Amino acid sequence: MSAFVEMNGVHLRYGGTGGTLALADCSLKVADGEFVAVVGPSGCGKSTLMKVCTGLWPASRGNVIVGGHEVSGPVGIVGMAFQNSVQLPWRTVLDNVMLPLEIVEPHRSRLKANRAEYEARAIELLTLVGLKGFEKKFPWQLSGGMQQRASLCRALIHDPKLLMLDEPFGALDMFTREELWAVLQDLWMARKPTIILVTHDLREAVFLADRILMMSARPGRIISEHKVDFPRPRTLETTYLPEFTEITHALRSQIQQARAAQAA
Amino acid sequence: MTTSDDTPVIATEEEITSPAPPPRPLFLDRARLEKVLPWIIILAFFLLWEFGSRVVLPLFTPRPEIVLPAPSAILPAMIEDWRAIVQNSLYTLETTLIGFAIAIVVGVAGGVAIGSSRLAYAGFYPILIGFNAVPKIAVVPVLVLWFGIGTIPAILTAFLISFFPILVNVATGIATVEPELKDVCRALGARNSDIVWKIGLPRSMPYFFASLKVAITVAFVGSILAEATAGNHGIGHLTSYAAAQFRVPLVFGGLIVTAAMGILLYYIAAWFETRMTGWATRGMDNPVAGY
Repeated sequence: MSAFVEMNGVHLRYGGTGGTLALADCSLKVADGEFVAVVGPSGCGKSTLMKVCTGLWPASRGNVIVGGHEVSGPVGIVGMAFQNSVQLPWRTVLDNVMLPLEIVEPHRSRLKANRAEYEARAIELLTLVGLKGFEKKFPWQLSGGMQQRASLCRALIHDPKLLMLDEPFGALDMFTREELWAVLQDLWMARKPTIILVTHDLREAVFLADRILMMSARPGRIISEHKVDFPRPRTLETTYLPEFTEITHALRSQIQQARAAQAA
Repeated sequence: MTTSDDTPVIATEEEITSPAPPPRPLFLDRARLEKVLPWIIILAFFLLWEFGSRVVLPLFTPRPEIVLPAPSAILPAMIEDWRAIVQNSLYTLETTLIGFAIAIVVGVAGGVAIGSSRLAYAGFYPILIGFNAVPKIAVVPVLVLWFGIGTIPAILTAFLISFFPILVNVATGIATVEPELKDVCRALGARNSDIVWKIGLPRSMPYFFASLKVAITVAFVGSILAEATAGNHGIGHLTSYAAAQFRVPLVFGGLIVTAAMGILLYYIAAWFETRMTGWATRGMDNPVAGY
């Protein structure tokens, strides 16, 4: 497998030698254009894994390779979205979505002269997630689900090769969440970025991912992986298939074991 | 709720199911009351003052007009010396605004520098608190020693006393940018200056404008202080000069004018605040929020 993202024996310890060991001997491989979900018991270092992968935090030991280069600082080609959609309240939805274009080259230097072209691109993306007509609104005038849609657009506007999602739908109600699963699937199928989705919702992981990586309790490492072969586009009907329930159930008991191992 | 003799004390079923009518205003609706109330209170304050100095004070002192002249005695004094009052007020206003402008520049620049680096924040904060803790009245003689009597010590005192709240607020606004937002930007390869410029500064604007309202009023304190102890122009100079001659009504006239200028500039700052950072007070324009 030619890996786009690769972690080899990564250790990460916070706050010096006496600090908490968040990741221990964590290794994973994600292929170009693959959709991978990372699940695990709470506090297992899922978010830490994300920060190490994007180069926001340096690994204490081991190495991280993204796009063929060893990571030594922020990668710069990554889009990110979090549980908290963190929009800028003084900017309109459109200007929020376009924020990455003001930072990432080559868009950064092209933005002024080609503003109309970029705006059209942002509006196209907003249309794709069902936010057409809201681009001149302010984020705080939108519901939580709509803010999260905008947040996804912001993560994708600069066509990142790698998309890091840290429980992006965690704060939403179930109906909105399931709706956004489909939106995210559409976005991924249309653009095929590599996606690493961190979540504690097993159904979400099974619905969205090609492959699910299971983490152990802290210090986190990958203990198993599950391939998910449902054809795409998957629909909510998929979630009622017996095979779907089977995978979810298997993951569920494995998490239980991981938690029990920690307690012991 | 208003109740009169013919309304039943016990609610009928109809009253319970139908929405309650809005309470009848007593004599003004709330929005209008909010507009006129400040004037009513200012008027009441002067009436109370008049009463105090004309009726109460004579019971305790044989020379009440020296201790606390009544507003009706202050007004003629102000009219008589209107030229001096206007000239000196304008002078003080100018001095204060120059000092204030320097305070904005230094406060914002310092706030950005300190707020955008944890190290600078930790390193510079104690010494800044030290600077702020020194009473400015103790600094004025030093400034006079350096720059002589006149405008410059007054400008510098206004600046020294008013830059601190601006700096602290801008620094706080920048230092408290959400970590997720920083991660989003850093993962895109943003430079520190990008984060400060695109997120930190706009985010600190509500803090900045809130601090302006504090800073403009204390700037007056600074310039008048300097004028009073070592100046030959300005309201501070006028009041201390008048006090030395026991022209107490004129002293109070100067104080009233200063208070009026302070209120005026406060509201100018507040107007800018709502114009520039309406997003930060979202929901405050909700008519219900006033209740």
